Amino acid sequence: MPGQVVESGRSAGSGRRLGLAPGSPGSRGEDSITTPVSGHAGAASLEFRGVTKRYDSRAGTPGAVNDLSFAVPAGAICVLVGPSGCGKTTSLKMVNRLIEPSGGEILLDGVDVQSVEVTALRRRIGYVIQQVGLFPHLTVGRNVAVVTGLEGWSKQRQRARTRELLALVGLDPDRYQGRYPSQLSGGERQRVGVARALAADPPLMLMDEPFAAVDPIVRERLQDEFLRLQRELAKTILFVTHDVDEAIKMGDLIAVMEEGGRLAQFGPPDEILAQPASDFVARFVGADRGLKRLSLRTVADVEVERIGRADGLPSFPPDTKLRDALAMLLVADTRGGIALDETGRPRGLVTVDAIASALADPLPGKIDA
Amino acid sequence: MSEEPLVQWDWLFDHLGPIAGRVEQHLYLAAIAVGIGFVVSFALAAVSIRRRRLYPFVTLLATAFYTTPSFALFVALVAITGPSVLSAEVPLVLYTVILFVPNIVAGFDAVPKEVLDAADGMGYSSGQRWWHVELPLAIPLVVAGLRLTTVSTIGLVTVTAILGDSLGGLGYYILDGYHRHFPTEILVGGLLSIALAVLADMCFVLLQRLLTPWAAARAAAR
Repeated sequence: MPGQVVESGRSAGSGRRLGLAPGSPGSRGEDSITTPVSGHAGAASLEFRGVTKRYDSRAGTPGAVNDLSFAVPAGAICVLVGPSGCGKTTSLKMVNRLIEPSGGEILLDGVDVQSVEVTALRRRIGYVIQQVGLFPHLTVGRNVAVVTGLEGWSKQRQRARTRELLALVGLDPDRYQGRYPSQLSGGERQRVGVARALAADPPLMLMDEPFAAVDPIVRERLQDEFLRLQRELAKTILFVTHDVDEAIKMGDLIAVMEEGGRLAQFGPPDEILAQPASDFVARFVGADRGLKRLSLRTVADVEVERIGRADGLPSFPPDTKLRDALAMLLVADTRGGIALDETGRPRGLVTVDAIASALADPLPGKIDA
Repeated sequence: MSEEPLVQWDWLFDHLGPIAGRVEQHLYLAAIAVGIGFVVSFALAAVSIRRRRLYPFVTLLATAFYTTPSFALFVALVAITGPSVLSAEVPLVLYTVILFVPNIVAGFDAVPKEVLDAADGMGYSSGQRWWHVELPLAIPLVVAGLRLTTVSTIGLVTVTAILGDSLGGLGYYILDGYHRHFPTEILVGGLLSIALAVLADMCFVLLQRLLTPWAAARAAAR
């Protein structure tokens, strides 16, 4: 994950993110100038300013949101995570105005979403939901072409775009575009849902538990594929989940919300795991938060020692997560293993102590919250 | 009566022309009732969907119509509007409402919530959403209502024969055969009425297949 964050910063279309290394002030303000809200290319910055939603006069109704403020730079994935009823889905739906806030403002590239005509706003915001919500009466191809159709693209351009998107999410256009949603597996439906949301190349994607409805193996594959896709697309993404592990895996930034719709903590995953701001956050991320931090790092991040006796020691490719490496060392009942480099040659000895001390340093290449 | 054959074929062949005319009238009376009933019921259903609190009252009204014996209603109307097509159609239309409205409401209720949520999120206007998403997805149950109502109405048209010889469609033969103790006529009227109902039903099944190819795909996937 940290490696992916750094890499996505280098990819095309997200050059802005290079300016977002820790300690570069003002980068958020510049985003609003570089990407006009009407543009379809690239990514948009997103900011919540004192956003509040009350469902009745009493405070603390499930789904209510209380004075929520945070900013997501263009091209970053921000995950809203929290227990059910904490207002995370409400917050997401206030961005495309499926729910209207009671107070505060939400800025998309510096422009208040309330000032934009609502259907025009929604067509520029990709929307993916847990139950997918594919239109059962339309074929896969026509589902993907819904927004481009609403936007008045020519049939020919729509067809080309649909084929491109299906291929992008790993579905053969010739095989899939004529099928109906009922003829797809759960995983295939989710892919079509993502393709549909990407159709008009929106600068912002809203994803509400997009992978929760599929089994864990498919979910993991969809997560990995989506992160790979995001490295190319570099969209700004607001992602809702109740699953801490998913939040840590997917998020460049995490907003932990608690009951009553309050923001409990906002920051990069490693920071939230290393320094939970409250007992609530510490409990929510779990007692194994140290291990979770290890899953954010790879063997390539660890200082190695010179190898002495190498026989019988486990060996680790550089992209092995430290959490997995540690587990393998414990199972093999040894203090160290061989860290390999990209070419598969031994780089040096990685020890349990070295893995433990890797947690002393904050992760490099993070987005400044 | 026992020495006479049940069906006198020469009567049948002598009356092919008038029988065809009665079939035409039967379909005409049924089509008007189903057509007007559908429009009225669609409006009532639309109101019931928008304003849920009115739905029980709409249902109550429709049920009240339905509980009135058709015979009594036809006779009562003759006193007001005479033995006219209007006297035949008013009860026929009223009886369709109880069959149509619940089916139309259920059809729109059956549109999955997440599909509507997605449609809004995609940026459909409310009119576009209704036309492109809600209506197509409501079609299976709406057509189910049409089938039920059409079959029921085609049967009920025969009762309009009590309004006079100029009405009743195939019901004329049933009533006439009864008065004259002539089973051939009763059978012709009854069996043709059944045949019309079955044919109309098959037409709607075909229509539904054409309108909802996705439903067939779903059935095949299961």
